[in-house]
Amino acid sequence: MRVARGELWAGRALLLALMAFTILPFISIFITALHPSGTVPAGGLEWPKPPQWINFVTAFKMAEMPKLLASSIFIVLAVVPATLVISTMAGFAIGLLRIPGARVLLFLFVFGLTLPFQGIIIPIYLLERAIGIYNTRVAIALPLIALYMPFAVFWMRAHFVNMPSELSEAARVDGATTWDLFWKIHVPLARAPVASLGILTSIWTWNQFLLALVLVEDPTQRTMAGGLGAFQGQYANDVPLLCAGTILILVPTLIVFILFQRQIIMALLQGAVKG
Amino acid sequence: MTSDRRAAAFKISRRTSPSKKVRRENFVGWLFTLPALFMYAFFVLVPFLLTILYSFFRWNGVGPMTWVGIKNYLSVLQVPNLVGTIFNAFWLVVWFSFIPVGLGLIVASVIHRIARGRFGTVARTVLFLPQVIALVAAGIIWGWLLALPGLINQILKAVGLGVITRAWLGDFHWALPSVGMVGVWVLLGFCTVLLETGMSKIDPALYESARLDGASWFQEFLGITVPLLRHEIGVCLTVTVIAALAAFDIIWVTTAGGPGNSTSVPGIQIYILAFTQRAIGLASALAVMLMVLVVIVIIPIQWLTRESAQ
Repeated sequence: MRVARGELWAGRALLLALMAFTILPFISIFITALHPSGTVPAGGLEWPKPPQWINFVTAFKMAEMPKLLASSIFIVLAVVPATLVISTMAGFAIGLLRIPGARVLLFLFVFGLTLPFQGIIIPIYLLERAIGIYNTRVAIALPLIALYMPFAVFWMRAHFVNMPSELSEAARVDGATTWDLFWKIHVPLARAPVASLGILTSIWTWNQFLLALVLVEDPTQRTMAGGLGAFQGQYANDVPLLCAGTILILVPTLIVFILFQRQIIMALLQGAVKG
Repeated sequence: MTSDRRAAAFKISRRTSPSKKVRRENFVGWLFTLPALFMYAFFVLVPFLLTILYSFFRWNGVGPMTWVGIKNYLSVLQVPNLVGTIFNAFWLVVWFSFIPVGLGLIVASVIHRIARGRFGTVARTVLFLPQVIALVAAGIIWGWLLALPGLINQILKAVGLGVITRAWLGDFHWALPSVGMVGVWVLLGFCTVLLETGMSKIDPALYESARLDGASWFQEFLGITVPLLRHEIGVCLTVTVIAALAAFDIIWVTTAGGPGNSTSVPGIQIYILAFTQRAIGLASALAVMLMVLVVIVIIPIQWLTRESAQ
């Protein structure tokens, strides 16, 4: 390795500068959150005296955090397992069984990868009003499962299409039904891609904003991101409280990221490359 | 290899007359796709077709629908506030896409060349962080940073640039670049990590021989890294361009399209038209144009990167 000294230091300086650029915004809102509620603090990085830790308690109550957490967890639990099950089944049929029409089906799903959510949100809203699920958590969960299908089916198919066919053939000779083949042989082998898909869809669901904004009026029935949007609408003028609320809502995501950073980064990258 | 073999097996099984057993298996196979297909059809394909249908009517969502042909599309193209959203979306591509990908390439190659150890891992993790937080939260954070008393202006004052401080998001000229900065913050780490992963797959022998010849960082970068990373660059461009054209969350919480319409993008305008002005037809026409636009921009990127993969 022959890297010149100057280059080494220039490179390190660049990396440190960009890390500061990434981290400073978090530090700034944290310090702002400790200023007295109702004031407009100067947004520098001076530590407030005395720090108002009570703001976090106030924001916790104002944002109705327990309800919001429960609501987000409910939505994630409604969306993610269902997404994993039905996309694994479809990916199995398209990638491994190669049913007649598999190509057309795959194309149909891949087409959905390019659709922005805003493109189809209007009919979803009208449809949900018509079938009477508007303004419930189900109103967010059902369309989300459907909107994940293009990516999820594509992702699972990419796994199944690379499975050696000998496995299935041997099982067939032993008289396994299609269901046996799926449940006893291939699902256990698909744990890694299913887990990655689970991580991805959980993060996306937790952070989903547009569907929550359009389909649910009651902020306590929304996802975390949707609840935060409502909180911002109410407390836009109380900057310290808004910052405290934002931090509270970020904490679960940050903990999960710190615990599973390697898996999350890998899943998001693979997701992008395959998608 | 395996796919060849399976393709062959597939052909053989097709050539034998479709026995009752095969037909049964195919039927069962189709049953496996039904739940996914049903959900997708009901909540994505049908709404997609309905959006196209609505775009030809004047409708407030409840009353009678009036057929207006392509008038809604003409309105989108003629009304400055609406066609302006499309221009803004392309402006945003520069910030959300070109800068993160360009800067990401540089940062990734720096990490790859000088920071392969601990420092590099930490740098990658830190830079990646904004990618996992909700875009709404990113918007709120930057909304405060870019405010008049916010950190950006404080830093500018501290380095003697006090004269250029302003409420960045309330300024007709600067609001869009400011929103763009949020995009850079969110997407830079994602691009960096993805490109760096691609770089680690490049044969190190190429770099070693280049270094034996005394190649500088820049020569290495242009001669080896960029050409061999075409596929990864394509992936980054695809993801970030979609993020730019379909932007909503960040803009909604920072500026809601303002001041005036200076940061209004199709996603914002669709929401306002449909859910506050009840102009379902016009909003649908803009939605259709947005979807067409995404496809038109994505196809050449995909096509170029696929070419190079061969």
